[in-house]
Amino acid sequence: MTDQPSPPSLYAPREPIFPRKVTGFFRRFKWAILIVTLGIYYITPWIRWDRGPSLPDQAVLVDLASRRFYFFWIEIWPHEFYFVAGLLIMAGLGLFLFTSALGRVWCGYTCPQTVWTDLFILVERWIEGDRNARVRLHKAGWNLRKWRLRLTKWAVWLAIAVATGGAWVFYFTDAPTLARDLVNLTAHPAAYITIAILTATTFVFGGFLREQVCIYMCPWPRIQAAMMDPDTITVAYRDWRGEPRGKSNSRRKAQALQAEAAAQATGPGEARYPGTPYRQDAKSAAPVLPPIAETGDCIDCMACVNVCPMGIDIRNGQQMECITCALCIDACDDVMDKIGKPRGLIDYLALSDETAERAGEPVKPLWKHILRPRTILYTVVWLLIGLGLVYALFVRSDIELTVSPVRNPTYVTLSDGTIRNIYDVRLRNKSGEDREFRLRLSSDEILRIELEGTDDLSLNIPADTTVLQRVYVTSRPQDQAAMNAATDLRIWVEDTTAQTRASKATTFNGKGN
Amino acid sequence: MSKGKTDEVTGTDTTGHSWDGIEELNTPLPRWWLWTLYLCIIWAILYSIAYPAWPMVSGATKGLLGWSTRANVAADITAHEGKNADLVTALLATDMDVLPASADLNRYAVARGGAVFRANCSQCHGSGAAGAKGYPNLLDDDWLWGGDMAEIEYTVRHGIRNEQDDDARYSQMPAFGEMLEKDEITAVVEHVVSLSNAEFDAKLAETGATVFADNCSACHGETGLGDRAQGAPNLADAIWLYGGDRKTLTDTVKNARFGVMPAWGPRLTEADVRAVSAYVHSLGGGE
Repeated sequence: MTDQPSPPSLYAPREPIFPRKVTGFFRRFKWAILIVTLGIYYITPWIRWDRGPSLPDQAVLVDLASRRFYFFWIEIWPHEFYFVAGLLIMAGLGLFLFTSALGRVWCGYTCPQTVWTDLFILVERWIEGDRNARVRLHKAGWNLRKWRLRLTKWAVWLAIAVATGGAWVFYFTDAPTLARDLVNLTAHPAAYITIAILTATTFVFGGFLREQVCIYMCPWPRIQAAMMDPDTITVAYRDWRGEPRGKSNSRRKAQALQAEAAAQATGPGEARYPGTPYRQDAKSAAPVLPPIAETGDCIDCMACVNVCPMGIDIRNGQQMECITCALCIDACDDVMDKIGKPRGLIDYLALSDETAERAGEPVKPLWKHILRPRTILYTVVWLLIGLGLVYALFVRSDIELTVSPVRNPTYVTLSDGTIRNIYDVRLRNKSGEDREFRLRLSSDEILRIELEGTDDLSLNIPADTTVLQRVYVTSRPQDQAAMNAATDLRIWVEDTTAQTRASKATTFNGKGN
Repeated sequence: MSKGKTDEVTGTDTTGHSWDGIEELNTPLPRWWLWTLYLCIIWAILYSIAYPAWPMVSGATKGLLGWSTRANVAADITAHEGKNADLVTALLATDMDVLPASADLNRYAVARGGAVFRANCSQCHGSGAAGAKGYPNLLDDDWLWGGDMAEIEYTVRHGIRNEQDDDARYSQMPAFGEMLEKDEITAVVEHVVSLSNAEFDAKLAETGATVFADNCSACHGETGLGDRAQGAPNLADAIWLYGGDRKTLTDTVKNARFGVMPAWGPRLTEADVRAVSAYVHSLGGGE
């Protein structure tokens, strides 16, 4: 046997978190965001939008079967996917902008994981009571009362989860029809499977995994942490104002300090509160103990820790787990009001402000933190892409054509020596009604256009469809185009009802090559 | 479990591993993460039992669910045939001459025919149907045996000059190398060249005209416009199946030509015969 200590466990059980109820500005703000975002999510599929008889009347619809995306007055075809790509780029740049200005504000306020977890915790509090009651229930044995409370809570969670998964599928097909089919058990299996999967993820992520999703599953905390800089406003603790922390009762304070000192003596690992980066005295192992009379504003009431949905102590400084939900600000402000100290011991604060405040220098005004070259650049690029998309949206036409020349063979000789080229022309009618399209061509040389299967140059294109038409362009043998290697031409299509036109340039191959 | 060593600066436990005096901090993984690993292992075992997985001497294990890509493809094909059943019935019931008038059915026939063509016809006629020397170009407006829907369908069904089908289109040009003198052949070739407005020797062509009238006009017509009933080509147009230069024409006159096309009626389904006829008709030369 050796005196080598046995290796520590490489796996840690989850520490349960029981966030306490909190009131204040940020909590109210978060409730408002929760109502708005969940409202948008649940209600949107039920909004109707009249597009005429042949098109769906759902305002927002991702019609995968017929490859269309409807968004109110906008209809996106698969070949216009660049609109979606542009929106995704804008979303990415928006994330850069908000993160560089306000830190992980997405995580703290609008991330679905945060919003649904908030909702699930609210349900938990209504059913099982606030923090202390929940801790007691957690420690209690599985008696009848615990079963009743737990089963009630899980049932409500499950109902929310089913509604969440259920709302998702309504975005992909006509909502009222699908709702009826779902109830009658006649909907497509894909709908039930999707609902089942999303119900399971919502139930497990919102009810049980919660902060574990943010800490261990989500890559964004790392990405966003890399995008923050000293001017980024984020949730921070004014440790120069709060420390040394302690209860105002001097005896209890002395006891606490003795306990702290004893804990520090057995090794820093056992300390209840590891030193903040600023207090760290790495050279001497001796803990820096404050004189009893000089205590900071922090009364060590643990309110900030108890309300934290991530189960962390913001007084340890910036940390990866913090989603900047600002609930600790509300909790601390409440306590500061009660003990008659100024608010803002925990506050939205930039790292550069921290340095300035610590040195007693004036801090930068808020707008200087937000308006700086980096955020302005993000905003400008974001706006440029946005304006580009809006422009593209307004200039796009109801009619379109694509021309793909058939190059197998490059040309065909007819019996009288006429040279003929073949083109596969796709004609797209994006209007909501049947239209008559007329084709013609323009070129410097003498060329003739004909359509396969009809003597006419007009075609009826049904509403919201693409029609493939084989088009022939011919040059008489004595004309220049038949003898040249290549002749430029342009194929035009005109919507005879709306008088709109579109065209595509292409090439006519003669015998010259 | 007793504690390991603790790092003094961070207050974090170490794993006990040390390299050149640098110790590894222990940041424990959540235990549920370990469970997901075990779940994945269990899943993998069940998966390999349910689906084809383990390679054996003669093929992999079949799996309890009996799943196979081949069966999936067969099911997909059956499903699509089921969806097209109405169109196939309509295609079989519709008179070929009026097929282009019903747009949806014609679109189906042309699409289906295109697939049939690429699998069965493109070997000779080319994937773009432009043909090659001896194999007619199907994109132009020149037809040896007729280019309306019914004639094309007959040609596809019975073929040309083959021995399998008694109803195959048949004609045979004699080899004139043994019947005509050498200078008579030269003259008649010159006459044929003159028919399509190429540059020619007028005197020689005049001699050739007599030879043509005596030997060729019975099939190719007095003016060389050909005769579709016999599959005799039009010699006055710009299209040559084997070539329009004097050397090739001399070869053709001396040795004759005998292009063969198989009968596709026995090889293809009725629907495929109709579909590929509709496809050929839609390529630009259909009459």
